[in-house]
Amino acid sequence: MDFLNKDVVSIKDFSRPELEKIFSTAERMEERGYDKSLLHGKRVGLLFYEPSTRTRLSFDTAAQGIGADTIWFAGTEGTSVMKGETLKDTIETVANYVDAIVMRHPFDGSARWAAEITTRRTHRGENKVPIISGGDGKNEHPTQTMLDLYSILKTQGKLDGLDIAMVGDLKYGRTVHSLSYALSMFNCRISFVAPDMLQIPDHVTSFLNGKCIPFRKCSKIEDTMGTADIVYMTRIQKERFSDENEYNKVKGLYKIDQKMLQLAKPTMKLMHPLPRVDEIAIDADDDARAYYFKEAGNGVPVRAALLSLVMGAVA
Amino acid sequence: MMQYDNTNLPKKGLIVSPIENGTVIDHLPPGKAIKIAEVLGLMHDSVVIIGQNLKSTKYGKKDLIKVENRFMTESECSKIALIAPNATVNIIRDFAISEKRMVEVPDTVEGVALCANANCITNREKVPARLHAITKTPLLLVCHYCGFEVKGDELKLKG
Repeated sequence: MDFLNKDVVSIKDFSRPELEKIFSTAERMEERGYDKSLLHGKRVGLLFYEPSTRTRLSFDTAAQGIGADTIWFAGTEGTSVMKGETLKDTIETVANYVDAIVMRHPFDGSARWAAEITTRRTHRGENKVPIISGGDGKNEHPTQTMLDLYSILKTQGKLDGLDIAMVGDLKYGRTVHSLSYALSMFNCRISFVAPDMLQIPDHVTSFLNGKCIPFRKCSKIEDTMGTADIVYMTRIQKERFSDENEYNKVKGLYKIDQKMLQLAKPTMKLMHPLPRVDEIAIDADDDARAYYFKEAGNGVPVRAALLSLVMGAVA
Repeated sequence: MMQYDNTNLPKKGLIVSPIENGTVIDHLPPGKAIKIAEVLGLMHDSVVIIGQNLKSTKYGKKDLIKVENRFMTESECSKIALIAPNATVNIIRDFAISEKRMVEVPDTVEGVALCANANCITNREKVPARLHAITKTPLLLVCHYCGFEVKGDELKLKG
């Protein structure tokens, strides 16, 4: 298992033992505290071309927590991107300043391209600068999936044999696609709860079929609430609809509140990649099963573990 | 030794003239010749003979292209394969077939076809598209960068 300078572009690039290594490293950091000497003298570049709250701040917290300096931009205003600079030229430039790059970018596949750029630099005798995707367009958000899995592991004590319900926008939500791919490495049962127009795409279900992972599609959240170990809510994304009438038909279709939580097992945890709109009522926040804010908090140990591994501070 | 083939030789009742030097692209599915000629950029400055719905003992009907003084490159053969995987490409010199090639869809298609995802980095910045063949029959490709899957009949080729 060689993490040194590994690019983090897709969850599919990670094996089960690699994910387990990240989780055990994160767990150890949480138990023993963050060691500032790990990345002392190293620098991480945070290039956020698109808005982000949790991903950027948790990466910044994680990097600084283990001793790295960070440089960043959030939004392209004030950068040469506004003058038409290509992603290639920005990456080529920033790679001179930092030891790792975390990037969120609006175009699908931009993370893989950035990783290729820093690999090509090594052919010119430069050091490899690993690229860690913080989301590329509607494609993938691998570190979100890692922290989701870590949250499941922490709350259920295992990743195998669980009942996972994913609810909401399963068609466009990149987090549910990546989580489904990742769960195929563990023997879970998945329920996809969505109206027909937002159901999980065929390319995901055919992948699960290929891995013999049991799943079902349903449209009522009540069908899964009593049996699920994890309910993973997602926001129905208004920006994905070209027709507002279509959006109005499905918005507010699923809402979990305190009353609905009474149907769930006491050990069930309610997760959400956030931000939420109205799919989880505020009155659910204080229920012991509501886990979404702690889930967001788990971004710090997972991202610290990942940085320490790819930057060679932990073997 | 020169091989002779009825693809290019003149014969009785011939409806497509032979060429002296160039390429014969044969066994194209009916209706594909014009598309291939356009994709290969043959329509502007080459002498091109296009035969459509010709009789074929193998396929019933076929299209055929003859282009004078142009010899297809490997990259052009890959483009042909993406549209017509069963096509044959015959290089003609002095009215005879000097080389006969079966076209083949490569495992990786680079700089030939476009990713069908409009938001892919390859369609938004100057990044050459790279697609990997998941299956060749039927043709199914996946973008190296964004993971978008595209079926053969939905594929857009670089002009």
